[in-house]
Amino acid sequence: MQSNGDRIRVIIAKVGLDGHDRGVKIVARTLRDAGMDVIYTGLHRTPEEVVEAAVQEDVDVIGVSILSGAHMTVFPRILDALKAKKADDILVVGGGVIPDDECEALKKLGVKEILLQDTPPAEIVAMVKRVVTERGTR
Amino acid sequence: MAYIPSVDLVPRALAGDERAIARLLTRAENGTAEARPAFDTLFARAGRAHVVGITGVPGSGKSTLVSKLAKAIRATGRTVAIVAIDPSSPFSGGSILGDRIRMGDLGGDPGVFMRSMATRGALGGLARGTLEAVDILDAAGYDMVLIETVGVGQDEVDIARAAHTTVVVSAPGLGDEIQAIKAGVLEIADIHVVSKCDKPDANKTIADLKNMLMLGMVAGKPAWRPMVIPTSAPQDQGVTELLAAIDRHRVALDTSGEISARRAMIDERRLIKASEEILRDRFEQHRHGRLAALLGNVSRREMSPHSAATRLIAELGEYA
Ligand code: B12
Ligand SMILES: Nc1nc2c(ncn2[C@@H]2O[C@H](COP(=O)(O)OP(=O)(O)OP(=O)(O)O)[C@@H](O)[C@H]2O)c(=O)[nH]1
Ligand SMILES: [Mg+2]
Repeated sequence: MQSNGDRIRVIIAKVGLDGHDRGVKIVARTLRDAGMDVIYTGLHRTPEEVVEAAVQEDVDVIGVSILSGAHMTVFPRILDALKAKKADDILVVGGGVIPDDECEALKKLGVKEILLQDTPPAEIVAMVKRVVTERGTR
Repeated sequence: MAYIPSVDLVPRALAGDERAIARLLTRAENGTAEARPAFDTLFARAGRAHVVGITGVPGSGKSTLVSKLAKAIRATGRTVAIVAIDPSSPFSGGSILGDRIRMGDLGGDPGVFMRSMATRGALGGLARGTLEAVDILDAAGYDMVLIETVGVGQDEVDIARAAHTTVVVSAPGLGDEIQAIKAGVLEIADIHVVSKCDKPDANKTIADLKNMLMLGMVAGKPAWRPMVIPTSAPQDQGVTELLAAIDRHRVALDTSGEISARRAMIDERRLIKASEEILRDRFEQHRHGRLAALLGNVSRREMSPHSAATRLIAELGEYA
């Protein structure tokens, strides 16, 4: 069911000790400029804190930016925490520095999409709109 | 996933289910027509929480203070919900909501619920749907609801018509800001906070504020006199005092009977705002119908804008 005011809500998160925040700021601005409401968590969150925030903020999408190499532990913990809260209609996407084979592994686990270095803004916007449309209204 | 009707979310929200509360908050923010009966039920169940507004210029330290205040409230055993408002971009309509950056300490506590809201073009420091959001959180059982407004300048004083207690935050070193904001925002304060008192020029800001309060002092013994509370986040200073003042203000409202006047003021503003919104939505719906026809009369100078508006409102009423 749509109403005039509906907007895609996204939470953009940095998890763990990863202090690289240039990409995350670009992604946040890009999505805002496409008309979305973007909640930014700030640095150094735990996967469980991100999921709790995502539930309270009722977001459509969690976007995790990860350049630290910890992606193979962070994404599974986020997916698990979502299932534990019966909130797996919230979609998980990611970006940053992640080897190709591990991107594939993460997608098999349930991460909807991962976009790496030099992804143009329009592509990031199109991806978020696509995964939300594919999920449908809720 | 199927759409869950709002009325079905109400019992879950009343039982404290975070997902149901969060979904209803989204519908309040969106002004979803389907949710109106649910909001009506929640309004009837609300009215118990102490609603506290936190306002002040951008960057004055509101989010930092709200985070600390929420911790102090939890330490007394009470639960707390936070609604933090940031501006929408006037260009894209989107927003970046960053108040959570300062609230990392609150994670993992089921007695705290924190929600960000975008203004979506609303002026006055609040967002469309803020007060329905407060109803939802109040009805869901949170003992206190803290509203952090958009960083405000002079005239955005809506918060005083939305909260039982209004806290105005001023920070040292933001220029001659005391002069700049005294006209509007300072007059609505029940409690003044001077934040960042770890900074050198804080004493001057405190002194300036106290002077202004002296000048504005009325004779006799009013039920409440605004005070100035210095705080510092890094030194963990002033927050206990602030919560004590907020609690005393609530007691003073109750014992003096002033609380009824505040509630009446809040209700009046909501009634008028809601009417404006309904009219605005109807204008949008009839943009191509009656509005266009009357516009023709105005552009041919057969009718003045004011008479056309009177006619338009009368006719839109008939379509209700
Ligand atoms: C700049 C940089 C830094 C800066 C960071 C400044 C800052 N505030 O961000 C500084 C110098 C501080 C730094 C420090 C370190 N760095 Co460094 N850094 C880089 C570098 C060169 C570029 C990163 C960058 O800003 N790119 C530009 C932005 C715009 O791109 P991006 O983040 O990739 O984002 C794009 C996409 O990935 C995508 N995206 C990103 N996030 C998201 C999220 C979503 C939801 C979506 C859809 C898309 C998306 O969209 C963006 C736009 O296209 C990379 C090398 C590289 N090739 O990436 C190393 C790199 C990330 N750093 C690395 C390391 C090791 C470190 C240090 C540990 C070094 C040290 N020993 O001290 C420290 C750690 C600091 C910390 N606390 O985390 C390694 C990480 C290795 C790994 N993952 O296994 C890298 C890969 C270098 C390397 N080849 O070894 N670093
Ligand atoms: N030194 C010092 N800095 C503080 C204090 N409180 C907040 N700050 C800093 O001031 C900056 C703004 O703080 P916020 O809490 O985000 O301020 P805000 O009023 O919520 O900002 P907006 O929501 O953007 O209007 C941050 O860099 C804080 O770390 C304090 O007591 N002392
Ligand atoms: Mg803030």
